[in-house]
Amino acid sequence: MLTYIARRMLQALVVMAAVSFISFSLFNYVGDPVDNMVGQEATLEDRQRIREVLGLEDPFFVQYARFMQNAVRGEFGISYRTKRSVTEMIAERIPATLELVFVSAIIALGLGIPLGVFTGINRTSWISKAVLTVSLVGVSLPTFIIGISLIYIFAVNMGVLPSSGRAGTVELGGWKTSFLTIDGWRSILLPALTLSLFQVTMILRLVRAEMLEIMRTDFIKFARARGLPENRINYSHALKNTLVPVITIIGLNIGGLIAFSLITETVFQWPGTGLMFIQAVDFVDVPIMAAYLCFVALVFVTINLIVDILYFVIDPRLRAEEGH
Amino acid sequence: MRIRAIALAAMMSTTMFVGFAEAENVLRWTSQGDALTLDPMGQNEGPTNSMNGQIYEPLLKRDREMVLEAGLAESWKPIGTTGWEFKLRKGVKFHDGADFTAEDVAFSITRAQAKSSDFKEQVKSIKEVKIVDDHTVQFITDGPNPILPNEVTSLYIMDKGWAEKHNVVEPQDFAAGEETYAVRNANGTGPFMVEQRLPDELTVLVKNPNWWGNASAEHNIDKIEYRPIKNAATRVAALLSGEVDFVLDPPLQDLKRIDAQDNLKTITVNQIRTIFFGMDQGVDELRNSDVKGKNPFKDKRVREAFYRSLDVEAIKRVVMEGLSIPAGIITSPGVHGFTKELDKRRPFDPAAAKKLLADAGYPDGFTVQLDCPNNRYNNDEKICQAAVAMLAKIGVTVKLDAIPKSQHFPKIKNRVSDFYMLGWGVPTLDSHYVFSYLFHSKGSWNGTGFANAKVDELTDTFAVETDLAKRDKQIAEAWSIVKDEIVYLPIHHQVIGWGMSTKLDLPILPNDSPQFRWAKLN
Repeated sequence: MLTYIARRMLQALVVMAAVSFISFSLFNYVGDPVDNMVGQEATLEDRQRIREVLGLEDPFFVQYARFMQNAVRGEFGISYRTKRSVTEMIAERIPATLELVFVSAIIALGLGIPLGVFTGINRTSWISKAVLTVSLVGVSLPTFIIGISLIYIFAVNMGVLPSSGRAGTVELGGWKTSFLTIDGWRSILLPALTLSLFQVTMILRLVRAEMLEIMRTDFIKFARARGLPENRINYSHALKNTLVPVITIIGLNIGGLIAFSLITETVFQWPGTGLMFIQAVDFVDVPIMAAYLCFVALVFVTINLIVDILYFVIDPRLRAEEGH
Repeated sequence: MRIRAIALAAMMSTTMFVGFAEAENVLRWTSQGDALTLDPMGQNEGPTNSMNGQIYEPLLKRDREMVLEAGLAESWKPIGTTGWEFKLRKGVKFHDGADFTAEDVAFSITRAQAKSSDFKEQVKSIKEVKIVDDHTVQFITDGPNPILPNEVTSLYIMDKGWAEKHNVVEPQDFAAGEETYAVRNANGTGPFMVEQRLPDELTVLVKNPNWWGNASAEHNIDKIEYRPIKNAATRVAALLSGEVDFVLDPPLQDLKRIDAQDNLKTITVNQIRTIFFGMDQGVDELRNSDVKGKNPFKDKRVREAFYRSLDVEAIKRVVMEGLSIPAGIITSPGVHGFTKELDKRRPFDPAAAKKLLADAGYPDGFTVQLDCPNNRYNNDEKICQAAVAMLAKIGVTVKLDAIPKSQHFPKIKNRVSDFYMLGWGVPTLDSHYVFSYLFHSKGSWNGTGFANAKVDELTDTFAVETDLAKRDKQIAEAWSIVKDEIVYLPIHHQVIGWGMSTKLDLPILPNDSPQFRWAKLN
């Protein structure tokens, strides 16, 4: 078991090293940061001075070594745009993204699982067919279209929810939360819904497929034969057995939500890490871009590692292979 | 179902509650990007200067017609050829209560001259700031500087004591990479004071109750809330839904839609910014062309052929939806030296253009690369695409390279572009700014390689000429030379549009910088 984990950790390290190299390469290939940092009247001497202070004149490997040294300590330098510590900026933005992801995960589960069970059991009902058709929209429409449509329906036409921003936050021990005020909930609702639509569809379809399969198995038939109430069969016996793969997928998807909330965050001007990344791209704010890529890689690598270890714990066959 | 109904009711009631609770006038506005810093010498950039200009004040301001008016200085006059004297306004207080005196002016100018300041060029001519008394200062210049009053309009005055107390005597230094106290805190003399500053998220300014201008104040704003919204559709949605009262930069194609709403309006003005193409006529061979061994742009006939092939009226109609003013020179109305006569274009004439090309030895045209930004000017990439099609009609094959501004501008500055788009605004509102950067052989943005001894001489002369009639003549002469030489291909002067609630009364300015001291909410 220990060697297995050690091997996995080693792989994770290799992935992180590769990502950090790619992130670092950004420094050399994405525009000229100095141009964005100085006004149009800056003299050549000004530019040169800034290049020197930023270390942009050093050879490639010297710069890379410096980058790695700092990255390992969790330091990604100073944002070219805001002049603040990148690590600090990410730490400041993370609560917004995590809360958004949390709420959208709840929406995804809250809608996806019951609808999946329902459509799995009532295969032929017209409601099921309608739900399935609508759910297709969730997968096929691009996120920004969904977001803009929701803004037009709920903010512009009905005027019941704010179109953008993160209002009503409360500071709780360094964590800015949206969960304690009505305004906070009002502003998180639309972006969370937008972010969750794809997940709802996926979970719904996954649960439905699993349900269909399980309903055909013998133990459900036996349960029916024993005269157990229908609800008990559906929700207790059948649903429980569908959840294992569903949970795995959800785990992986939460990583994806954190990493790729950027479109939703841009549409709703949600002040999370995704929006910060997009703003950084506009400005060629390389330290932020590099740190963000490393951060996302870390999220994925960690989640994968945990999932791998869980598989190992759950599935005895993996352990048996270890013996050979 | 019932829970949802209750939730919805709760939401609606909070909306109404918010509506009732505000007896004071709060102006909410948005644009795509935030100010970079509140340090008034940290960055010389439009949105940054605009935000800081609500909080800080310069010695001289501009009125609605962009004419100089008194700011922190009540009057100003040249002292011979050695400089300018400013009489300062009395009884002015900084936001923290400190008195505004000549000391602060001297301090601020010195600060603007510091190594880390982004305004060095604008104060280069000032050798010394002499404090005559508490309310009189003299700027002793390095030779005569007739446009100095124009140059001080974006130099904001800081409090010496405050700067010393908070260790921000030196402007924020980009290279040192430190966030100083002045980046998120400010202590100006202006009509509004900073209440809250969350970069990229929210900036709240409140009315300065002790502003010297309050007695004759035109605004009735108690509070300004600024939230940048990056996405254009969301920005417009925020205006349509009434969450903001003012959008500085709605996309041009949405202006009609905004106007169609009963509670919204748009106002447009031609901006002081001209869009044009530059052609490298200095190098011996173009970098990306099939013409080898010579540079077709060196031939004035080729430049004129390009000029005559561009149908700027069509660009205005089709690409700009009417929101542009075709240009004959590369500076806009409102800039000193501009005349209607100069702004007349040579007529659009593709047949003549074809003949000019043939006369120059390119009957079948040639290929050339056009470098274009895709996120800087209104419809920049689309204008370039239109130009490609127009040049194709006279046989010139244009390869278009449209890229983000952060990659486009270095090409011009590093002199590696054969043919490029550029836009130029003129903060000093004087032609000298255009000539020194774009036409002078040493101009830092002159990517054309154009070098003309007479133009250089005139540029250097009217920089220091104090006889205004003589100076005007020199400027006119310089313009006529460069217009005749077809150094650049002028396209149009940009038109900007602001979208706002009908409740808001805010005059639009050609420099695209809102002045909330004139804002009124009804």
